[in-house]
Amino acid sequence: MRRALTVIHALGLLLVLFSMTYVLPLATALIYADQSVFLDFLLAMVCTASLGVLMWLLTRHFKGELSIRHGYLLVVGMWTAMPAFATLPLLLVLPGLSFTDAYFETMSGLTTTGATVLVGLDNLPAAINLWRHELNWLGGLGIIVLAVAVLPLLGIGGRQLFKAETPGPMKDSALTPRIAETARNLWLVYLGITFACMASLKWAGMNWLDAVCHSFSAMGLGGFSTHDASVGYYNSPRIEFILIIFMLLAVMNFATHFMALRARSFSVYRSDPEVFPTLVVILGSCVGIAFYLWWQGIYSSYWLALRHASFNLVSIATSSGYASVDYAQWPIFAPLWMMLLTATVASAGSTGGGIKMIRTLVLVKQAGREFIKLLHPAATNPMKIAGQVVSNNIVFSVLGFIFLYFMAIATLTFVLLISGMDFISAFTAILASINNCGPGLGVVGPASNYQGLTDFQTWICTLAMLLGRLEIFTLLILFTPQFWRR
Amino acid sequence: MKILILGAGQVGSTVAESLVSEANDITVVDADAAKLRLLQDRLDLRTLAGNASHPSVLEQAGIADTDMLLAVTQSDEVNLVACKLAASLYNTPTRIARIRASDFLEREEIFNKDNFCVDFSICPEQILTDYIVKLIEFPEALQVLEFADGKASLVAVRAFEGGPLVGKQLNFLRTHMPQVETRVAAIFRKDRPIIPQGDTVVEEGDEIFFIAATANIRSVLQEMRRMDRPTKRVMIVGGGNIGRRLAQALEHDYHVKLIEFNRKACEKLAGELTNTLILNGDGTDEKLMQQEHVEDIDVFCALTNDDENNIMSALLAKQGGARKVISLINRSAYVGLVQGGKIDIALSPAQVTIGSLLAYVRQGDVAVVHSLRRGAAEALELIAHGDRKSSQVVGRRIEEVALPTGATIGAIVRGDEVIMGHRDTLIQADDHIIVFVINKAIVRKVEKLFRVNLGFF
Repeated sequence: MRRALTVIHALGLLLVLFSMTYVLPLATALIYADQSVFLDFLLAMVCTASLGVLMWLLTRHFKGELSIRHGYLLVVGMWTAMPAFATLPLLLVLPGLSFTDAYFETMSGLTTTGATVLVGLDNLPAAINLWRHELNWLGGLGIIVLAVAVLPLLGIGGRQLFKAETPGPMKDSALTPRIAETARNLWLVYLGITFACMASLKWAGMNWLDAVCHSFSAMGLGGFSTHDASVGYYNSPRIEFILIIFMLLAVMNFATHFMALRARSFSVYRSDPEVFPTLVVILGSCVGIAFYLWWQGIYSSYWLALRHASFNLVSIATSSGYASVDYAQWPIFAPLWMMLLTATVASAGSTGGGIKMIRTLVLVKQAGREFIKLLHPAATNPMKIAGQVVSNNIVFSVLGFIFLYFMAIATLTFVLLISGMDFISAFTAILASINNCGPGLGVVGPASNYQGLTDFQTWICTLAMLLGRLEIFTLLILFTPQFWRR
Repeated sequence: MKILILGAGQVGSTVAESLVSEANDITVVDADAAKLRLLQDRLDLRTLAGNASHPSVLEQAGIADTDMLLAVTQSDEVNLVACKLAASLYNTPTRIARIRASDFLEREEIFNKDNFCVDFSICPEQILTDYIVKLIEFPEALQVLEFADGKASLVAVRAFEGGPLVGKQLNFLRTHMPQVETRVAAIFRKDRPIIPQGDTVVEEGDEIFFIAATANIRSVLQEMRRMDRPTKRVMIVGGGNIGRRLAQALEHDYHVKLIEFNRKACEKLAGELTNTLILNGDGTDEKLMQQEHVEDIDVFCALTNDDENNIMSALLAKQGGARKVISLINRSAYVGLVQGGKIDIALSPAQVTIGSLLAYVRQGDVAVVHSLRRGAAEALELIAHGDRKSSQVVGRRIEEVALPTGATIGAIVRGDEVIMGHRDTLIQADDHIIVFVINKAIVRKVEKLFRVNLGFF
């Protein structure tokens, strides 16, 4: 119990920090002179902040050092509480919205899934749209990482929190001696690239609101859009190209971007083990799928096929989830291949989802090792990635992760099947949720959205998103008896 | 000359042995008194037990009037510090250090006189590795020694049936391959040297030393014996300093398998090597060899620290069907015992590496010294200085140079050109002259011949 109170103390502080993020939609409401929306947001902000302060004050006697266990508890606590508080403005501004749908929407935003239950996005108040996209952006690099960066009082526990929230199997490579410095640098790089994206999109013809919103969702690899037709609304190759570039940047490790900026050289990217395979797989798939679509006669020219295949494939593979055409109409091979890529191509330490390229590499190399082991029983054959030996402990933890990942997909798919969904919809809905991608196929395809789901199905997808974002272990560890044992 | 040697390990004691016989005053310092006692029992030198990097120890060893410091302990750091101390405290004229770590070797400024004051650095493991790499590149050769930065090479090869030259006079070479310049420097028949003349007949089993431009080695080799297929698969036993370096040097051009006994060492090797198959096991385990298809191995190298193990595993490999087996053997008694039998090449690390040290120790302008036939013979690269008046070689034809019997001028390297030593070739100043000396006893005389008279200065 004491442990929980210590965590609630820190959680209160984080909620106060989170309430600061309402400033952006508040400013938007002011600019658009939308008084009622402004008041709704102000109310939400005050509620969040005062509850945070209350939690902080009531548990002040339990203030303590955050251990590893506190870290997991705090991260999961924050990732369930944050979407709950973030629903406040949605519920206040959109009276017809149920809490289930609102929670799905904010969870989808914060986990950078980008699936939506709202229709008529084009007519939503500007502040609400901005709020959704801001959630995408905050969730991308991680709100806890942000907290570690700006709240020095999290102290030594910060490293534990950082590890619990950052995706990827190898999290010990600190860029700077102090974890807060590392977190701050990562956020600065993130912020910098986001501004570049914003300016490029404005130049490409978006209005300021759309440019800001889309740069947020592109860098977070969330995939929210301000239009029901998503990026297809603009029908502009230029915008699609810019988004492709920034999605590819966001799918790389931000630590690599940081080091490249610090060293002012591209060679850093070459030594990153994930960048090359990611780019090769994505570019190869673009060319191949475009050829396949052209060959199948979906598009009249190869270049048109390449344009649509590239944008939608990069969008799905990087786990953003924008759509420029209804790719669910393509022969099933293409969209399923795209869904498969979602699970694999994102780098560790990026804003993407799925099992991450580094784990894919570990798995592929492990398979190769088994072959060597059969041919040369005496061989010493450690796994090496980028010239560095990867210890067997990491290999085992990756294998454990993969097992849980597939078990989670299978179990949740079955649950959706029981609830009455068809197989393709159920499978792709879970796949898209757990990989934080967004649109699936069938009833949750790019042309429709998750609005048609029952409340139960919506909650299952919400759970899948959280599982995927916290990389399963962080969430499930709370349900092990050992965690609560002293 | 007064020489101070730090470290009585393998390198230290071999150098000491070799230098004692050349009438030098030698002092050896090592931390291990037992090693020193062994050395002193055998050789006429002074020893001192102590830490070789401490000034008090160095002073006791008489560094103040030492002409040359050879810091060849196991530790790079001790060697560097000793050189620095010798330079800044005692003004020792020449300082040579053994440096193994490539981290140091990559930064040359570490050795200059503002830093560690090392005149020459040597890395015996690297010299040995380069030597083995050459043998793997030319699997037919017994020895490949480079002169003049690799422009010319001295190659030892055993004449075998199938070589066009076998059973013919040496003159036949020139008519058979008029376009390739080469010169046979010496022939050893049943371990006895023969001074080669134009009418000497090459017999099967002869060990022939010839000099040629490095690019021509292969075509000359073809004259002496049937050529093997080029080397593709290499197996190394022992992942120590030499095994690791060799694997590193070979792994991108050949299929390399490395057997190492120690599991921890295996893991470390596997981390450092990218293309080598690391096998954890015993180098004398014939089952492991079978499992790893020793019969397909072109060159098998036994490179552990243990002579007996190396010999046994090389014998096993040969019996298992490896085409050419090389064994590293430290004890010189074993080398003679083994070479020429089932084991194709018995490598004595001391003999291979001593040459590079000797080149620094010798007076005159000796650029390279290669020790041959277990130290009995030597090949030297000498630089001719001065003019017809001050020098006994410059401005003279080869037949005019008063070389002692047993020494032959094999070739002359002038700039980038490799000229074979014919009777009427004129020697010019700054020529690099490769001299083959059958008997080590006359090396001094040869060196003296090349010294410039005082009038030159």
